[in-house]
Amino acid sequence: MKAENYFVADEADVCVTGAGHAGCEAALAAARMGFKTIIFALNLDSIAMMPCNPSIGGTSKGHLVREIDALGGEMAKNIDKTYLQNRMLNTGKGPAVYSLRAQADKSKYHTEMKKTMENTENLQIKQGEVIEILTDDEKKVTGVKIESGNVYKCKAAVLCTGTYLKARCLYGDTIIESGPNGMRNSRNLSKCLEALGIRLQRFKTGTPARVDKRTIDFSKMKIQLGDENITPFSFENSPEVIYREQIPCYLTYTNSETHEIIKESLDRSPLYGGVIQGTGPRYCPSIEDKVVRFADKDRHQLFIEPEGEDTNEMYVQGMSSSLPADVQLKMYRTVAGMENVAIMRNAYAIEYDCLEANQLKLNLELRTVKGLFSAGQFNGTSGYEEAAAQGIMAGINAVKYIRGEEPFILDRSEGYIGVLIDDVVTKTSKEPYRMMTSRAEYRLLLRQDNADLRLTDYGYSFGLISEERYDKFKEKRNLIEKEIERARKINIGPKQEVNALLETLGTRTLKTGAKLTELIKRPEASYEALKEIDPGRPELPTDVREQVNIQIKYEDYIKRQIEQVERFKKLEGRRIPEDIDYSKVPSLRIEARQKLELIRPVNIGHASRISGVSPADINMLLVYLG
Amino acid sequence: MTMKINLDDTIAAISTPVGNGGIGIVRISGGKAIDVLERIFMPKGSKKIKELKSHTITYGNIVSEGKIIDEVLVSLMKAPKTYTREDIAEINCHGGITAVNSVLRTCLENGARLAEPGEFTKRAFLNGRIDLLQAEAVTEIISSKTERAKQSAVNKLGGMLSKKIGSIRDDILSAEAAIEAAIEYPEHDEEIVTMNSTKDVAEKALKEVKRLIDSAAFGRIYTAGINAVILGKPNVGKSSFLNYILDEERAIVTDIPGTTRDALSETVNIKGIPVNITDTAGIRQTGDKIEKIGVDKSFEYAENADVIFMMTDGSRKLSEEDIRLLDFIRDKKAIIIINKSDLEQFTTEEQLLPYAERENIITVSLKEDSGVEHIFERLKAMFLQGEVDINDNACITSERNLESLRKAEKSLENVIDTVDKGFPEDFLSMDLNDAYTALGEMTGESLEEDVIDKIFSQFCLGK
Repeated sequence: MKAENYFVADEADVCVTGAGHAGCEAALAAARMGFKTIIFALNLDSIAMMPCNPSIGGTSKGHLVREIDALGGEMAKNIDKTYLQNRMLNTGKGPAVYSLRAQADKSKYHTEMKKTMENTENLQIKQGEVIEILTDDEKKVTGVKIESGNVYKCKAAVLCTGTYLKARCLYGDTIIESGPNGMRNSRNLSKCLEALGIRLQRFKTGTPARVDKRTIDFSKMKIQLGDENITPFSFENSPEVIYREQIPCYLTYTNSETHEIIKESLDRSPLYGGVIQGTGPRYCPSIEDKVVRFADKDRHQLFIEPEGEDTNEMYVQGMSSSLPADVQLKMYRTVAGMENVAIMRNAYAIEYDCLEANQLKLNLELRTVKGLFSAGQFNGTSGYEEAAAQGIMAGINAVKYIRGEEPFILDRSEGYIGVLIDDVVTKTSKEPYRMMTSRAEYRLLLRQDNADLRLTDYGYSFGLISEERYDKFKEKRNLIEKEIERARKINIGPKQEVNALLETLGTRTLKTGAKLTELIKRPEASYEALKEIDPGRPELPTDVREQVNIQIKYEDYIKRQIEQVERFKKLEGRRIPEDIDYSKVPSLRIEARQKLELIRPVNIGHASRISGVSPADINMLLVYLG
Repeated sequence: MTMKINLDDTIAAISTPVGNGGIGIVRISGGKAIDVLERIFMPKGSKKIKELKSHTITYGNIVSEGKIIDEVLVSLMKAPKTYTREDIAEINCHGGITAVNSVLRTCLENGARLAEPGEFTKRAFLNGRIDLLQAEAVTEIISSKTERAKQSAVNKLGGMLSKKIGSIRDDILSAEAAIEAAIEYPEHDEEIVTMNSTKDVAEKALKEVKRLIDSAAFGRIYTAGINAVILGKPNVGKSSFLNYILDEERAIVTDIPGTTRDALSETVNIKGIPVNITDTAGIRQTGDKIEKIGVDKSFEYAENADVIFMMTDGSRKLSEEDIRLLDFIRDKKAIIIINKSDLEQFTTEEQLLPYAERENIITVSLKEDSGVEHIFERLKAMFLQGEVDINDNACITSERNLESLRKAEKSLENVIDTVDKGFPEDFLSMDLNDAYTALGEMTGESLEEDVIDKIFSQFCLGK
């Protein structure tokens, strides 16, 4: 299928298919880097739509959002403009797992993102269904074709089709051929991709019902408020600037009556009746899944969350389902406070085509089609944040490809984004992939609080970070370094006021002198708490003080983690020749040989993370490489 | 270096020890095992080989060029439930070693290739049938010098060590999953984790790991053996002692001093311990040049030995030479043997107390075979103190495994330290993971998705 045979409507550098969270970031990145970009959506009213939970962030996802921001992406700024409630989770644990989450006003989130896109130079938004990716004889992308037959020529294309490819939604025995939220699906592109030799698979996910706020008795539920002191997602924003009145969420529970109704109706569930073929995520189990798999639990938590400021729709987190509509109403009405609830949108499961992501290179380009990139749920992930993170990386790499530059790859020690993409490309996931902090082996280094320190330099080098922001960033970095250096030199004597303070903090008093840094490391103490016995301390902004505290307090652990990273880098540095013949490597186990041939890892570290490749196989490979 | 193996080949070998008993087994493994069998085996009756069920035994003849080679029983096992996970045929031959060799040759002429040493096991490992520890055990069984070493290796092959490692890893994983679940789902209402339960798990795992590290001492003894040297001035009965141990006339025995000159080394089995014993030239002050070399060698051997048998002659008074040797062994691991208790005694155990603990001084008569058993008991007690019962255990024998265990030990100690210091639980994960990975290296498993699998099987989580 060559571009010359069709009517060419326009020419661009990059064409992005799909305007969800991945597509928006990809298009914005490419356009902001100065490349003409066209983004296609089946419906422009679904730009940055949130078809599932009305929130951004949470554990590990909050990290991703901050990393996107440090690279110069849009998600953090957009949620800061449109949040309804803001909370830092896990503050009782270590700083590496502090997690920022915000409830979003869905409609405003969409509107604000659309506004930003519409006003971005080099970016065109176009409603239409992309039905073909056009390539030349060398299997290099030359353009995309939409349903009208019009062709848009381009040098690189990014696929961000989300859950739309051959999607169908299941409400018990009722099956509707549609994309999420009643949007039309995309029926044609799968065929073209398969014709290009790309392997697709079928995944499923689900969402709970939206209910009418007026029909809920909140007095029977527990109110959940936002933090008093809010934390912006974007490093560019300050709390004062984005402050607004917050809207509460509510906590309630299922009960044995709910579970009885579900058990009685299991034969009508497409999941248990075998109608659903796709693989669902364990991270978002349906309520029927929870009831069956954890039969001994007599109740499950439910969070009732607002969908927006200007709507009565409330999201029932914890109760996604693919049971029929009549069962849904019956079971929702057993929940305390929801006895008279009216369902506005039913819960459903959705099945869709997505990529077997081990066909991708680490720059998110298909190994077999030059210039074809992909991001988001199409790559087999779940979640808005995972999608956006891949989106910005695919956008940057599409530009790098056009410029003929080395790809931009973050490794596992640099960011959650690096972990995410390495996992998605390397490990063959049988279910939609969700980011989790436990997937990040170097998470003590990859904190949400230092995402800017880790990644702003990259963002700036791509032209995605403004000069003004970069100057501010450099100043912050400088202040942190200087203050840590100063604090290291301070010795504290066993003076009366010192011991009085230590006593109040509930930690041992001093008999001889001690280093300030040693005192900060004590669990009961902190940089902040020792302020009055450190008279030479300069006035510093909150974010600088926070970094100084963390970097000193957890220094020993951070050092150990850095050593782990060094070991990791050593393995990453052992490159595997591109033309290696794995059948010539003696003593590789069969499974390992097959996986290595399929994924063709670029280095030993990469190889060691492939599921089915054991440390013994890696040793054999090392021996062979000599 | 590793051998090059073509896994597509069908291999055959005699799988019973050479020359043992009347029955020999020829084993064929590989994709064409059944084809090979079809060409050479004529079952009695009208059975067709292709129709034989898996895991059955069939009676018939092995035939080559129309001639009957042997009358055999053939066990057929079809993949994947076999030792190598490939099709396997085992031919039980009855006609002695000549017949077994002929049957093997017939197999090789009909499409099979001769198996490399250990290749069946190698295939079992490569096809994922056994883990790394088990594969190593096979080599150990082959090279084991004593029953105990063999038993330890057999236990390992049976998966005893793998299971033990597996169970320690599982405990660590559960603790880790609890921590991770609490981190990933901060709003979850179940009380999932406490620091103390993690500490308990780490302490228990640490104890087990330390036990395994300790077993390495036995493991080394069982596999490599201990080096022993017999020391003593000439003519105190060193060669007789050696001969007693060897239970055959090996070293030259004579009354003329200086006739045992070169070191003789032999491995013997004493109470299940492989003992590499070196007899040295009789030690005495001498001007003889050749003798001098022998004497110097004696000290060199003794210096590096795990244990010294220091022999004296009870029927004579202690000489200057004896005292010099006794001074030499004083701070070393040694058993002093006072020989010739059948004669009138001029040297007593009391006199030797300055040089060794009483329990390490033993009076014997090699001539009358009295007291020698005490030496052996003492040797065993010296080296296998607090010995693990080998029948229920498998010892650590390789440096590779020991290194992994040491890494795990260090990481578990870090976990306990972090709990004691009062750091939040996410600081435990790094070291729990390291311990888990280190132990996984032993069996050849890595971390992969284990933690996440565990989280979602243990806890009901998710939106």
